[in-house]
Parts: sequence; C-alpha cells; structure tokens
Amino acid sequence: MLKQYETVFIATPVLSDEQMKEAVAKYTKLITDNGGEIVYEEDWGLKQLAYPIQHKTSGFYYLIEFKAEPEFVNTLEIQFKRDERIIRFLTVALDKDAVAYAEHRREMKASGKKNEAPAAPAKDSDVQLDIEVDIEEAKED
Amino acid sequence: MAQTDANIRYLNPPTVEVRKKKYCRFKKAGIKYVDYKDPEFLKKFLNEQGKILPRRITGTSLKFQRKVAQAVKRARSLALLPYVTDLLK
Repeated sequence: MLKQYETVFIATPVLSDEQMKEAVAKYTKLITDNGGEIVYEEDWGLKQLAYPIQHKTSGFYYLIEFKAEPEFVNTLEIQFKRDERIIRFLTVALDKDAVAYAEHRREMKASGKKNEAPAAPAKDSDVQLDIEVDIEEAKED
Repeated sequence: MAQTDANIRYLNPPTVEVRKKKYCRFKKAGIKYVDYKDPEFLKKFLNEQGKILPRRITGTSLKFQRKVAQAVKRARSLALLPYVTDLLK
C-alpha cells in the first residue's frame, strides 16, 4: 500500500543552480526507483532562515510530495542525513485532510494566485481583527 | 463635600463590559488541516517572542489547538519560524 508523504528539505546556499538540480534529481530518482511516485514538486528558492543552521543564514527550500511504501521513508531520511548538501529536512505523512489541502494548494498555485488561503474563506479580515482585539484584552488582565 | 449618588461624576464613563464570545476560527471557516508551510498564518497564534498563545486567548478549540501546536513546531524545525525571538510582529 502506497502512502502519501511530503518532504521539505533545505540545501546549503553555496550550491549553484546546477548542483541544486542535481540534488533534486537524485532524490526524485531515489523515490521512483523504490517503487514510489512523485505527485508534486515545488521550488521555494533561496529563503532566509529564521535562525542560523550550521552557521548559515539562508538556504534553498525544496518541497516534494510523493507516494511511497512506509519502509522507504527511512531509506530516504538516511540519504538526507548522509548528504552534506542538505542542512535540514522534514518528512510528513499526509492524512486525507492534508491530501485535500495539498490538492487545493496546488490548484491555487496553478491558477496563479499567490495567496494560498487554506480552504478559501479562512483569511477573512474580520476574523483576524477579532483575535487581535482578544489578545489586547488579555494583556490588560 | 457630601455628594448624593445622583451627581457623582466619573472622569471616564463607567464601561459595561460586553465581552465578545470567542470562537474557534477553524471550525467557523471549515479548515480541516493546519499547514506548517505557511508561517504568516501561524504567526497569528504566536506572541512577540514566538511562543504559542494559549487557547484561552485565541479561542481555538482543543482539537485545532493541538494541530496548530504541531504545525508551529514543524515550521520551527524547518526554520520558517524562530524558536526564540523578540519583536516577531
């Protein structure tokens, strides 16, 4: 039974575009060679890290969604650990809500809307305002 | 000077507390999955030091508070959110 996973990894900022493509190709190949299939890939590009990792303040983020056997995740993570180019990675199993959300997110990206509101009306401005007011009230207490 | 109740003057008019009922924004908006990849959204549940706000302030239901906490922790490990900071917002 294939399960759906999602992995985000951060590569060192010193890599060139070529090297980055090579690293990505390595992992996509690893997934497909082990009987998995790639559902979606996304390059987030060079981003600032919220805190330094291995004395680096930025990194290349890359997201891969894939289907694979549960046993395969361990092999993938071992490869990440051994790879010096990867400074951080996170693999998450997607449940059915997460899969639905991921599809929605993909559609939003495809339709060119940058703002990825989770399940449409989530980011109502009055909803936000309410919470901010609440927080202020709580501080006065 | 003795004053009767009728002509007591307040500097600030006494406000009657009408507290708005808190609600779970996830239930209201029908969100089922909290994404760890969207740090801007998760920041609404953090204070200035990057700590997770309690339910008593945000009004989030227990079910979604757990999911928010999980998402925030994942975002932190991916350096999308800081573990500790000052002046997050």
